[in-house]
Order: sequence, then structure tokens, then C-alpha cells
Amino acid sequence: MTLREKLFGSGKGYVKRNAGILIGLLVICIVISISSNKFLTQENLMNVLRQISTNLYLASGMTMILICGGIDLSVGSIIAITGVTAGTLLNMGLPIPLVILGCLMMGALYGTINGAIISRTTLPPFIVTYSMMQILRGATYVYTGGTTVRIDNRAWINLGTGYAFDFLPLPVIYLLVLLVIVFLILNKTRLGRHVYAVGGNERAAKFSGISVRRTRMFVYIFSGVMGALAGMVLCARSYSGNPLAGNGAEMDAIAACVLGGTSMAGGYGYIGGTLIGALIIGLLNNGLNLMRIDSYWQIILKGIVILVAVYVDYVKNLKKAKAV
Amino acid sequence: MAEPLLLEMKNIHKRFPGVYALRNVSFELRRGEVHALLGENGAGKSTLIKVLGGIYEKDEGEMILDGQPMKLNSVEEARAMGVSIIHQELVLVPYLTVAENIFLGRETGKGPFVDRDRMLRETQRALNELGLNLSPTALVAELNLAQQQMVEIAKAVSFNAKVIVMDEPTSSLSDKEVDLLFENVRKLKAKGIGVIYISHRMSELQQIADRVTVLRDGEYVATRDVRTTTNDELVTLMVGRQLDHYYTRTYNPCAETVLQVKNLNSARVHDVSFDLHKGEILGFAGLIGAGRSETMQAIFGLDAIQSGSILLNGNEIAGQKASAILDAGISLVPEDRKAEGIFPGMSIRFNITLKVLRDFIRGIRVNRSQEQAIADRYIKELRVKAPGRETFMGSLSGGNQQKVVIGSWLASEPKVLILDEPTRGIDVGSKSEIYAIMNELVKNGMAIIMVSSELPEVLNMSDRIVVMREGRVSAILDHTEATQENIMQNAVSI
Repeated sequence: MTLREKLFGSGKGYVKRNAGILIGLLVICIVISISSNKFLTQENLMNVLRQISTNLYLASGMTMILICGGIDLSVGSIIAITGVTAGTLLNMGLPIPLVILGCLMMGALYGTINGAIISRTTLPPFIVTYSMMQILRGATYVYTGGTTVRIDNRAWINLGTGYAFDFLPLPVIYLLVLLVIVFLILNKTRLGRHVYAVGGNERAAKFSGISVRRTRMFVYIFSGVMGALAGMVLCARSYSGNPLAGNGAEMDAIAACVLGGTSMAGGYGYIGGTLIGALIIGLLNNGLNLMRIDSYWQIILKGIVILVAVYVDYVKNLKKAKAV
Repeated sequence: MAEPLLLEMKNIHKRFPGVYALRNVSFELRRGEVHALLGENGAGKSTLIKVLGGIYEKDEGEMILDGQPMKLNSVEEARAMGVSIIHQELVLVPYLTVAENIFLGRETGKGPFVDRDRMLRETQRALNELGLNLSPTALVAELNLAQQQMVEIAKAVSFNAKVIVMDEPTSSLSDKEVDLLFENVRKLKAKGIGVIYISHRMSELQQIADRVTVLRDGEYVATRDVRTTTNDELVTLMVGRQLDHYYTRTYNPCAETVLQVKNLNSARVHDVSFDLHKGEILGFAGLIGAGRSETMQAIFGLDAIQSGSILLNGNEIAGQKASAILDAGISLVPEDRKAEGIFPGMSIRFNITLKVLRDFIRGIRVNRSQEQAIADRYIKELRVKAPGRETFMGSLSGGNQQKVVIGSWLASEPKVLILDEPTRGIDVGSKSEIYAIMNELVKNGMAIIMVSSELPEVLNMSDRIVVMREGRVSAILDHTEATQENIMQNAVSI
């Protein structure tokens, strides 16, 4: 077995599992590159990657939560409150490492509250995290009075806008590290299997001696931390902590997961699929812009494309189920 | 005197991609007859029923109901012609009343408004007709399984069903509830309704069925009169070979005590005490709700213990968490395979190895070959029939799923194995294999607790039998003195 096979399996499984959506991705790329000669430039592609990074931070956490049979609607609001928190702390003159640590810990705290309620009660995750989403969004408005918090710390801004090796945006580097971590957790650790088990059949997991509570806590805390990461990168990229930031971001993250084949009913999903799902959403945004399509129409088209993609996947699975 | 024919299914063929599910199967049902359909899992019983119920379309063949040819394209058409199927998993809406469930989808009334009084009246009439003691306004969620089944039967009758199919109706009923069900089935017979009865429990056929048709591997084998056929003959017809040892049991000499439960109390069981010895199968008999499964869940740390002691090889384990008890050497194969035992969307390998991840995952290092070896070992030892270890659990037959579940609990190499209803809803071939496996395990020194609602199973497999009643132990009988009668006497309150 080669190292690659050891880590990722044969790769054939990946292509086969994601065949439908990979073809969709290819079609989108071809259509865009025919209609715009700006698409296939290094600058544009790197730009796309930078833009999808924040969605993928959220989607990484969301993939685990969905597999575990839950949902987290609060991450969009965590983006906003983190941006505002980071801006305030920086303007107070706190050193960057401390700001990062503070933001991540705040994210973990929001996730802990979500996780504690969800794992200790039978309240539906949808409502618990929806409430958290409202509370955090509201708190951000109250604190800022609706205005943005300007950030002019160059070093901080560079963390979101800078490049490694002169071409790779820094947020993409964070993303690569993150994807590897999530992949390892889901596929190589006991915890990862517990996540699948809890989402696949909670009672059977309990009978198997798995701590359902601890597993749930973990995924919600992880998701909270991912929200904070996205919030920090976004505020660095936009030079400000904006109370409007991340509005609806949780939905894009969920869409990326579901496009990538993760089941909203729990028990099934792969981070590799989520990556493709986010790529599709990102390329779609980029392509529609390049093709100069009216931005109001873009929203409609995005909805249609996601619906078609999920429908095609459904038909494919239907055939598979019938063949058995 | 033979009653006139009600239903004829002639030369039915049904193919699925790659599988010939039914090959030239014929079946007939008379008025007022209970005709049992017998066969191992995968023999084609469900497919035949689904063809009759309009869920599948037949490829070839003819169906005649009451002299009318049946051309079915949908479940609604089948129902309109008078075919009602009561599925093994009941499909009632829990938070609607009995009447609302019976009239679901065909509520009567003016315009958009439901005529509630009329629905209640008609429900009451249907219930009276069957002599069922249920209130039309009771919530289904508050009824027990047996009562829910009665609601299904009343629903079928209110549809003016001519043929009622019952798929494993007794699989989750206690003996007392089974008696009640049979009483109702006899009432259906008296009304001239034909009943197709699917069950794995041979002893029931003698009680309730008139004729039995056996299927094997999608083909018709034989139709026999129940009264003139022995169980052994039927088993032979089903498996196509003689099952020489249906129950395999060699008794081991009494050895040291492994598990000692003393005055165990929880919210649902009271003062439960018993000993379990090495190499012994200890049967637990009793009615549903007598506290057998609850006792096991308390021992395994899934139910809070109020007082009492549980000694495993002399060490106190009462009050510990399930994961700690699993590590200490007790495994619990749960009662409800679907809800508590399997991860249907995952592979056999995932299912078998889930409880022993520590054996091959260190941090992020997964020892694949070790993992595969564990999976393969139990697939082989338990004779799981599947294309490979990566096969989805959900695509296996019930018997094979149960073997995988047992395998997953053996993987942690327990000293005490608790099996809660180990053979519920699985075919005779798999049953016999599971009995043989249990016998082998105790021969190698394991101690087994078997909770079972099937008296023949308890009587034939156990060294000793603990009988429970209303959360308490009412008797502990040696296998030499135990009979169906004295078990039942101790199981029911007098």
C-alpha cells in the first residue's frame, strides 16, 4: 500500500461516490470558461478559492454536525460577533495571538452552549441553534449600534488578504490544514466513528457504550470554533467587523454539505463531497459575475442550480435503491 | 366441507434486476380460511404479498379475487378490491386517536369539515363487531403493541376487506396478547374473511392456521393441511434438508459463579437476585413488561440503579457506565435489532468493529489489516452470509443482521453475554444456527443470559430458567423441572 492509498483509500471510491456532482462541476467550469476568457486565469481562480474558504470553514463543522444527526444555524451570527469582537480587541491594542485565542475561545463557548442544551435535552437542534443565531446577531447590533468596527491593524489584515509563496492566498492555506484535520477526525479516529454511529442510530450507539452526549458536545464546539475562524478571516479581508457579516452563511454551508452528498438525516457524509459542493457554489457565484448577470437574477439561478443538483442526486440514489 | 375459493394467484412470476424473486408461484385462499405462508427469509413471502397488495407489479401470472380478475397498479386499487395488509411494523399515526387512524385519508363529512360524531360512531361499530375493548377516542400512542394491532385489524374490517394479510403479527407480542390476537383472527374467519398469515413461529400455525403453503428460494414447494402435518415436516420443506438438530444443546457441568445479582432495584424492577455460572445458559421467561429487558439494561448500566449489588467475578460493577461494563466483560445484544442494534447505512465491518475501536485505532493511526481481521473473524465464526465485509448492513436479511449484531458483541470478548430476544423475526435456518453458536460459546466457558418470549426456545436452550412477573423474580427453575405450564403459572399473576 502506498502512503496515498493508506491515507485516502484508492481514490477510485472518491470519484465513483461523487461522479454526478463532479460532472456538474466540470459542466459549470466549461460553460463559464467558454463565456468568459477571464475565468481561467490564475488570479481569478485564486480569488474563487479565497472566497469559498470561509464557506468551507463553516461547512467542515457543518458536515460533522449533519453526519451526527444535528444542524447548526448559529454559525452565521458567530461570524458577525467574532468580527466585531476581534475589531474591538485589536483597537484596544491587544497582541494578535491573544486576539486569535480569545476569538476561538468565544466560538468554542457558543458551541458549548449549543451542544450542552442539545445533548442534555430533547430540544430540537434547529430551534436551539436558531435561538443562538438570533441572540448573537442581536447582541452584535446592540454592542455596535449597527455600525461597523473599523480595523486598521496591517498585520491582522494581512492574515486575511496576504499570500503565501506570492500566489496562494493565506485563507486557502488555513483551509487545506483544516480539511486534512477534519478528514483525519472523521476517517481515522474513534471519535469520527462515534460521530457516524450517533447519527446513524443513536440508540444503538448508546447500547454500544458510546457517550452520545460527549460526541454531540464535540461536534457543536467544533462548529462554533469554525464560525469564529470564518469570522476572523472575513473581518481581516473586509478591514472591519461588520454586524451584518455572515448573514445567511449557515445556509450556504448546509447547501455545500448536501450538494456533496451528506445526509440531512444523519449517519452519512464525507468531507471530500463537501469540498466539491462548496466549489460548485463558489464557481457559480464567480461565473455569474463574470458573465455579468444581474445580481438579483443570480440569486434565483443559484437556487435553481442547487435544486437541480440535489434532484439529480436523488434520482441516482433512487435507481441504486431499486437495483438492490 | 371446503368453503368456496376466495382468492387465486396462478403462476406468478416476478423478476428484479439480477434476481428472480418469484418463479411460477401459485397460491389459493378460501373463504373463512387462515392460510399460512411459510419460508425462510428471502423465500419470496414478502414479494408475493407485495404483488397481492399492489406494491409490486407482477411480470407474469393471474390473480382472481371473488371471481374478478385483479389488474393492480397501485395500493389503492388493491385496497378497493378488498385486500388489506397489516405490516410487521405498524403504520399508525401515534398522536391521532383510534378513530382518526381508522379513517385516515378517507375522513367523512361535509366539505372540508370532518363529521367527527359519525367517525366515532362507525369506529365504535367496527370495534364492537370484533368485540374489541378499545375507546375510539384513545390516542394510539397510549396503546400497547397488541392493542395497536387490533386497531389495524379494525381498520382493515372497516375497509370491507375480503382478504387480510398479517405479516409476523406476533413477533412483538407476549403469549397472553397472542391469545387475544388469535381470538380476533377467529372472529374474522367467522365473518368469511380470508386471512393470509405469515409467521416464523411453527407452534402458532397449529393453533390458528388451516392450511400452509411453503415457499423456498422464490419457488412454490407445497401446500399442506396443518392438522395432518408435523412441524418437522414443515421445517424440512422450508429448508429443503433435514434440520437434524433444531435445538443444539449439550449441558456443561456446573462451574464457578461469574455474575451475582443481589436485590437489584431500579425504577422498573424490584429485588431481583440471581446467579450466573460459567458455561451456563440462563433463560429469562415472562410476559412482555415483566421487567426482563429492564433488568438487563440496569445490569448493563443503561438504566439507573436505585440499590442492590452486581458482582462480576467478585467485583462490584453496579452503577457504572455502559462503556465501563462493556470493558469489564459484559455484552448486551439488545432486544430491538432495528432500533437498538444496527447501523443500517454502514458496512458490516463498521458494525462489527464499533465496540473494539481501541484495538486498532491509536490516535489517528488505523491498523486496517487488524480491523479487517476482526471483521472477517466474526463473519466466519457466525457464518454470516454476505458478499463481503463492506456490504451494507441494511441489505442483509434479518437473520444475517442478527448474526452480525451478535458478532459485534462477541468482538469485545465478553465473559458474560446477554442476549435479549436473540431469534426474534428471523427464519428457522438462522435460528438453528444461532442456537448452535450459543451452544459452542458456553462450551468454551462463556456464560449466557437469554431473554426470550418463545417458550420452546427457553425450555430447550436453558440450563436454568428465571421467571419474572411485574418487575420481580417469581421463580428460578432447573431445566429438568421446567415445563410450559409451570413457567406460565409463575409468569401470570394469580
